[in-house]
Amino acid sequence: MAFTPENLLLANEIVARYPKTKSAILPLAHLAQDQDGYLTQDAMREIAGMIGVTPAEVLGTCSFYTMFKRDEVGRLVVSVCTNVTCLVMGGPEVLEHLEQRYASDKEVTIEEVECLAACGNAPAMQVNYEFHESLTPGSATEIIEAYKAGELTARGVSGGVAGGGQG
Amino acid sequence: MTSVIGAPNATETRIVTKRLRDRPEDSWTLDGFTQSGGYEAFRAALKLDPEAIGAEQVAAAGLRGRGGAGFPTGTKWSFLPKDSYPRYLVVNGDEGEPSTFKDRMLIENDPHQLIEGIAISSYAIGCNLAFIYVRGEFALGFERLEAARRDAHAAGFLGANILGSGFDLDIVIHRAAGAYICGEETALLSSLEGDRGMPRIRPPFPAVAGLYAKPTIVNNVETLSTVPHIMRMGGAEYAKLGVNKSTGTRIFSLSGHVNRPGNYEVELGITFRDLIESPELGGGVRNGGKVKFFIPGGASSQWLTGSDEHLDAPLDMDYVQQTFGVMLGSGAVMVYDETTNPALVAWRLAKFFAHESCGKCTPCREGTGWIEKVLYRISHGYGRPQDLDLLLDVGDNISPGLNAPFSQTTICPLGPSAVSPVVSLHKFFREEVIAMCQNNDRALDVTASDSGASDLGAGE
Ligand SMILES: Cc1cc2nc3c(=O)[nH]c(=O)nc-3n(C[C@H](O)[C@H](O)[C@H](O)COP(=O)(O)O)c2cc1C
Ligand code: SF4
Repeated sequence: MAFTPENLLLANEIVARYPKTKSAILPLAHLAQDQDGYLTQDAMREIAGMIGVTPAEVLGTCSFYTMFKRDEVGRLVVSVCTNVTCLVMGGPEVLEHLEQRYASDKEVTIEEVECLAACGNAPAMQVNYEFHESLTPGSATEIIEAYKAGELTARGVSGGVAGGGQG
Repeated sequence: MTSVIGAPNATETRIVTKRLRDRPEDSWTLDGFTQSGGYEAFRAALKLDPEAIGAEQVAAAGLRGRGGAGFPTGTKWSFLPKDSYPRYLVVNGDEGEPSTFKDRMLIENDPHQLIEGIAISSYAIGCNLAFIYVRGEFALGFERLEAARRDAHAAGFLGANILGSGFDLDIVIHRAAGAYICGEETALLSSLEGDRGMPRIRPPFPAVAGLYAKPTIVNNVETLSTVPHIMRMGGAEYAKLGVNKSTGTRIFSLSGHVNRPGNYEVELGITFRDLIESPELGGGVRNGGKVKFFIPGGASSQWLTGSDEHLDAPLDMDYVQQTFGVMLGSGAVMVYDETTNPALVAWRLAKFFAHESCGKCTPCREGTGWIEKVLYRISHGYGRPQDLDLLLDVGDNISPGLNAPFSQTTICPLGPSAVSPVVSLHKFFREEVIAMCQNNDRALDVTASDSGASDLGAGE
């Protein structure tokens, strides 16, 4: 989907911040992903048009970065760390439990990620880039259920405001 | 080193973390900041000769980069070519070095302190547009920085003709998107220009040709957050803290099998034992256990063990480098007790480096993948006794000689970093690893079965 009128205003503001427009690719891709739920081909084409590069260049840049999802993902992206502190503090157990529990839940995408800079309270995960720390498999599940029930408000899939509106 | 007599009793020396510890309820707001002395150092700096700030304060303080390499900040600033403008200050807030979590704390809980450090430093080096490159996953940190930037602007600490001084400064806060390699300064600049985050060959160094090929200083979040305090205390006074050429304080991110993991700001020169065991710091190993090994400076560093020689070494960047070939790096200290399988930790580190290799240099792109695969089979019960030597051979292709300070066949130090766990296993746990490989019956001779030559038998 193309940028909504409000997001288009914001997108133009973002482009104007930089001495060279190509620098705006990452922030614009975040905005598009928060709006659409993942980074669509249409969005990459629109971004290319706004900053005067080819769509292939936008894809070339965006495909380098793990936060950009180029296929549909759940409304909630859960990123579980298993790097070297979480490894010895129970991170892999949290990951395995969540992968099984949400295997067929379309609303939730579970992914294994690298160190999240939360090692003082390992193991840690993020739900749409909101931190949750000192986890057990049980507490991690409760947190996800609270998002599903709307008791916790989720950020957008890119960690901004769901629907866009932050840049 | 003489061994420590009696129990370690070191405590924190809070300078950069003082505000966020003293007033956790509002340390990130403009009010919380200005009520605790914020922006006073910037106000005072604006009355000084810009060049004197770098030479007489920052250099005199002995400030060294907190991002990993420990390069003297004043010296870096002095590399900017004269009369070449515009020039940029780029803040490295990409914090991705495994087990480092200090910059995230500074960004989320004291964003104005960082902005004040940027403002003073920009004034000192003659920069009118600064960028903060924030790790993409730090959604809250990004929001707090944006809010702080807006509030600082509204209060007249950013923008045109700041406080009537004639100095102009704007800050762009740039959110990254998940790639550890973008913490490397030249990869960061490529990423900020909208490209894939791949390192560039140096020279030219960023101070000469950096962002948009203009002179650029890249400094870490903690480095710049320290600058207002150097101005407040005076460089010479700051230099009295610390030890030798490791002046001042640093924030150590302590994690793993300790009773009190967390960020501790301590004066440089206390020992690893102080950090791990002091009741007000790490509080000792969990369950009354012992340190088997620890990683002293982030995942890229080689390891140290629970020996007295290692535990009683001072937190002195040059001492640990020269004596043990390890680094204080990003200030992350990961502690592992005697229940830990070191090969498993080495494998997970290798997996990280293999995943994060940008792919530009063959020895790193291919080598990190092979190191990961071989460490996987060692740590998961499929290892062969000769595997450790195979790993050293692969490592030697990335970092010839396997010595510290390391040599490299690659553009950036990520490749050699992946060799650190291999060398550490070899140095300290060779027998344990070989025993692990001898005591398993699952070793597969991949080469033989792949070629169909099963009659060659398995292994050895
Ligand atoms: C692979 C790699 C990753 C790095 N990641 C970071 C990082 O996340 N944050 C950081 O400040 N420096 C990082 N560095 C160090 C930077 O290249 C650079 O030295 C530093 O930002 C300079 O700032 P300083 O002098 O204030 O430390 C990394 C270096 C390498 C080789
Ligand atoms: S050493 Fe690895 S990460 Fe660094 S530039 Fe080469 S391939 Fe990329």
